[in-house]
Amino acid sequence: MATATSGLEAIDQTRSAQPPRPSVIYEWLTTVDHKKIGIMYIVYALLFLVIAGAEALLMRIQLAVPNNHFLSPQVFNQLFTMHGTTMVFFVGIPVLFGFGNYLIPLMIGARDMAFPRLNAFSFWLSAFGGILLYLSYFAASGLYGAGSAPDVGWFAYAPLTARVFSPGHSTDYWTLSVLLSGIGTTATAVNIVATAFCMRCKGMILTRMPLLVWLFLVTSCMVFVVVSPLTAAQIMLCIDRYLGGHFFDTQAGGSAMLWMHFFWIFGHPEVYILILPTFAFMNEIIPVFSRKAIFGYPAMVAASVGIGFVSLGVWAHHMFTAGMGPAGNTFFVFATMVVSVPTGIKMFNWLATIWGGKVQYRPPMMFAAGFLFQFLLAGLTGIMLSVAPFDWQLSASYFVVAHFHYVLVGGILFSLFAAFYYWYPKVTGRMMNETLAKWHFWLFVIGFHITFDLMHIPGLLGMPRRIYTYEAGRGWEVWNMWIGIGAIIQTVATLIFVYNLVHSYFRGKEAGPDPWDAWTLEWATTSPPPSYNFAVEPTVTSRRPLWDLKHPHDTDSSYE
Amino acid sequence: MTQTAAIPFNGTAETPWVMPNRGIVAMWCLIAAEAAIFIIFVVAYLYYIGKSLSGPYPSQVLELPIFGTICLLSSSITVHAAVSAIRKGNTRACSLALAATVLLGSIFLATTAMEWHHLIYDEGLTIKTNLFGTTYYSLVGLHATHVIVGLLLLFTTLIFSLGGKVREEHSERIEVLSLYWHFVDAVWVVVFLVVYVLGR
Repeated sequence: MATATSGLEAIDQTRSAQPPRPSVIYEWLTTVDHKKIGIMYIVYALLFLVIAGAEALLMRIQLAVPNNHFLSPQVFNQLFTMHGTTMVFFVGIPVLFGFGNYLIPLMIGARDMAFPRLNAFSFWLSAFGGILLYLSYFAASGLYGAGSAPDVGWFAYAPLTARVFSPGHSTDYWTLSVLLSGIGTTATAVNIVATAFCMRCKGMILTRMPLLVWLFLVTSCMVFVVVSPLTAAQIMLCIDRYLGGHFFDTQAGGSAMLWMHFFWIFGHPEVYILILPTFAFMNEIIPVFSRKAIFGYPAMVAASVGIGFVSLGVWAHHMFTAGMGPAGNTFFVFATMVVSVPTGIKMFNWLATIWGGKVQYRPPMMFAAGFLFQFLLAGLTGIMLSVAPFDWQLSASYFVVAHFHYVLVGGILFSLFAAFYYWYPKVTGRMMNETLAKWHFWLFVIGFHITFDLMHIPGLLGMPRRIYTYEAGRGWEVWNMWIGIGAIIQTVATLIFVYNLVHSYFRGKEAGPDPWDAWTLEWATTSPPPSYNFAVEPTVTSRRPLWDLKHPHDTDSSYE
Repeated sequence: MTQTAAIPFNGTAETPWVMPNRGIVAMWCLIAAEAAIFIIFVVAYLYYIGKSLSGPYPSQVLELPIFGTICLLSSSITVHAAVSAIRKGNTRACSLALAATVLLGSIFLATTAMEWHHLIYDEGLTIKTNLFGTTYYSLVGLHATHVIVGLLLLFTTLIFSLGGKVREEHSERIEVLSLYWHFVDAVWVVVFLVVYVLGR
């Protein structure tokens, strides 16, 4: 270390002094290491992704032909409730925070999060929430013998959730599991903000922070003002159900609209909480595979903060059909349209990053390209739905379902797959198989477009969401059949992906510390990184510390 | 917190590298999240003013809790005194100020308890009675819960302080605690205005 030790070599000089290793299970159950917690978040989310995906598949089988009796109406209600709740609270949030947990300390040159024990606490709280939700299948009958899993829909509109209409304990399981996971999410967000502000390595001023960390910072700040209203609303629902309160009790003067407002104050910005981290992945992946620095770093940061603020004022576009009056409708139409401005800035910046670059179509970049195309289309149907009269026609139809699945699957899931292929070598030390990755990509793209492009059409033909079956002769049959076929293709593609994850862990090619020739600090340490990340705390002088290291005669710091 | 062993990437930076205190940043984040929860309860309270279908109504049963309010707001001054005392290394003054804070906070909690006892047993207002009862007990109760949490933390710190375990180097931790307590006091100002001034 006496002479100029480069960041790549200064990794690990303290390995000789390791304590005796405890058993593997004990180690994982008690760990406070941000990397292990991150991996646990991701694995836990993948398990729930498989469960919730299976629920979706069951629903598509039920709807594939008219007058089907594969599932009973009650089971169908439980399935769409569990599918939505699981995907949002126990897949989307954990998988994104898992990546955040793993990457943020590595990217800012820190050894751990600001509060490692709080980190473990919030993971176990969220995990317990997910387990509690599924425990409802076995335990929710309670004394009344009515219902098992929650069946009130993922937004659980009042007064359906009142004791009278939801006897038994299924709704309580929904409330409590969402409440718990919300507290866990808030605690993680506190941790991420404190980490990004207080743990940066020497030289990493805020304007040199990787965009991924910036976007997680914005997301976490949104969590404070967005998840808390949901927590408050769930407390109110608990008061109504357990203590006999009247918040959402229309018989005693309470208001069902209030629940809608409170839920969507959470519910809409929640979409941005899910999409901003996936923008963050794009911000890291697109430049590396275009071999260019990101275009418009300050504009990207400003646009993210802008999305964060604007998204707080658009929630009631979910309520155009609830009767808010012309003033409210007009406001929320325009507020919603304004969100597309900062989002458009991001889109153009990504395109400008690709423009003129030497694009390498490795698996992460393929999924990134899919993301850009599909997220654009999803945004366009979003602008259509933001127009109140259009929404009056299509609210609660399959057009809406198609729109938000286009965002969640075509946008978020594609970006997540890109992130998996990009950071898998760092986490495991091995590359994922590229042939399987290409099969995964093309099958998933085809399946995705069959399912979700075609799903817009029955919506336009008037098929409402949440119906468990329909009569023949309405022109919906053929579309639903194709949607089901697309779902099966996507399932096959996902199975290939899961097989690839497992297979590459044992048989994959050795990755080395920096397989993609990337520029951020996580690639400066070994793959997988040691528990202390960096033996010597790094110092950075620009936004691309590894570029500076690899090109000492042409450093970024001379331009910034 | 920040080690200064530098990898000479290209030249060494000479300026000291100081990051903000993580406890204080985290407490501000927690305050933001808690404030959002309170805002939702306050909105529900405001929305349901005058919408109760049956009595008792706020104008009939609520009285201004002047004494408790004065005690709670003064406790912000004493907790601030505790922070400035420990910054100067004056542990005795810190213990004294902490004890005063705990006492004032407990008096506030006692006045709330007496008010609730009066409302429940003399006026027959419970959380089930009407919308006023539901919103009143949940909003004031949510605040009282935060007072209890704050008092537990303050009391623990006081015990440590009396045992001589709180010293000058812990001043930032005491500051984190005082931030929380200031927040609880600030929320009371809002609750007071909403429940006892606007809602009556």
